[in-house]
Amino acid sequence: MSANHLTIEGLRVETIDPQGRTALVDGVSLTLHAGEVLALVGASGSGKSMTCAACLDVLPPGTRRVKGSVSIDGRPCTATDLRGRQVASILQSPRTAFNPVRSMREHVRESLRVAGGGADAWADVRQAMRDTGLDDPERILPLFPFEMSGGMLQRMMIALALISRAPFIFADEPTTDLDLIVQREILDLLDHLKGERGLGILLVTHDMGVVARLADRVAVMEAGRIVETGGVMQIFHAPHHIVTRRLVEAHLSLYRQEPAA
Amino acid sequence: MSLLSARNLSRSYDRAPLLGRGRPHRVLDGVSLDIAPGETVALLGRSGCGKTTLARMLVGLDRPDAGEVLFEGQSLARLPKARWQDLRRTVQMVFQDPVGAVDPRATVGDVLAEPLRNLCGLSPAEIRLRIAELLSAVELGPEAVGRYPHQMSGGQLQRVCIARALAPQPRLVILDEAVSNLDVHLQIRMLELFAELRRARGVSYLFVTHDLRLVERFCSRVLVMDTGRIAEDAPAALALRSPAGRALQEAVLPAWPLAGRLPPVGDLCDPSALADRRQIAR
Repeated sequence: MSANHLTIEGLRVETIDPQGRTALVDGVSLTLHAGEVLALVGASGSGKSMTCAACLDVLPPGTRRVKGSVSIDGRPCTATDLRGRQVASILQSPRTAFNPVRSMREHVRESLRVAGGGADAWADVRQAMRDTGLDDPERILPLFPFEMSGGMLQRMMIALALISRAPFIFADEPTTDLDLIVQREILDLLDHLKGERGLGILLVTHDMGVVARLADRVAVMEAGRIVETGGVMQIFHAPHHIVTRRLVEAHLSLYRQEPAA
Repeated sequence: MSLLSARNLSRSYDRAPLLGRGRPHRVLDGVSLDIAPGETVALLGRSGCGKTTLARMLVGLDRPDAGEVLFEGQSLARLPKARWQDLRRTVQMVFQDPVGAVDPRATVGDVLAEPLRNLCGLSPAEIRLRIAELLSAVELGPEAVGRYPHQMSGGQLQRVCIARALAPQPRLVILDEAVSNLDVHLQIRMLELFAELRRARGVSYLFVTHDLRLVERFCSRVLVMDTGRIAEDAPAALALRSPAGRALQEAVLPAWPLAGRLPPVGDLCDPSALADRRQIAR
């Protein structure tokens, strides 16, 4: 269960296209440490989500991983080893991430099957739910997705990630579909869990406000490549690459603020 | 005269569990608003406050239990059939979830052709021309015409939906979180496009959102909704006073990271993080 770092090396994803192959992710290498939030940022279509999907072998149809490896503490891992065991996912749209005809209890059962929980597994489940702010697990477990708000569902998705006991979390735009107030609560929650449980979180986002709130380090992607990596202060205050500079500038313009230098 | 008005709209849904008795849940509670030609109104509020229900009612996709929606002074409840076509052409809506808003079996070209054929009666040649214009306006390449929704990213598909809404040259566009899931460059570009249409053709907008950062840039008036009512009607200067408005304002994400946030210890494989650490430590 305890792991120090997850390393992605030389990841390459291509389209399967009769006219020829286009690289969507091109030689991406990253290291995610336990206890940190690494934000993966970039314009839409820059390959952020593809990078996560490629690691877990859940690429959309028409694309495939042609190169690259993922290892944990230097041990190579297949996507099956990672998925739900070493890496739990939190997806953008809680509404579509849950099976509409299954209750929360059934979703938990499914997660427990993968995680292989012991006799006290359900006690852990209740604790995980309380940790994510779902204070009354007995009331929530029988509910179906349509009976819950987006914020509650997103908390439940995070609780399921905790139940899996995976040391790493891939969070792909985890708060984009939530309202501002719930967004703040979820970001606070992720920040707290990072400290409390020492989770390593790979945070995919297009919102530099989310990065400013939560990230420790930032990797900037453009056209399938990582163009800059740095600590969050450096990225905001002294960005090197033109893509990073533009990203920070556009973000600050929303606040009517000028870049630092 | 207002282009579109709401008078005392109320709506309840039955919250029916699979078993047992449902209890009605009031989603809208006496909501009134007016949108004048050329005006850009923001509708702010938390999720579940009734924004989307109100937006759907304004375009006639949902009916109020009480109250009425007026299109150029005429109630939708008594609107003659021919005027519905006018309403559809005049008032367009962009929905929150682009994947659910398009037919998965239709190409982007088909999606955009539909309003042009049905609402504008253009010829196939005119339609092709107009589709090319629309795609370039939302910064998509001409090759998008033949793509299917599943071949596009969420942000690309959302721009297809924006293009579809702009296709019949509407006078009012209701944007229900329409730019929330675009990245910041595209958000700014789309808002510029909307502002340009406002200048050129006096298009009005109802901008439904929870992101206050975009509101100040784009809107001239702000309505804050809270549990089915309009809690505040303010100029877009954004000194909101209602509790609901202030709560939203306080939840705006920070522009800058908190000072003194260090990259985590032990990050030996990343020289740049180490360099940051030293720099900040100094």
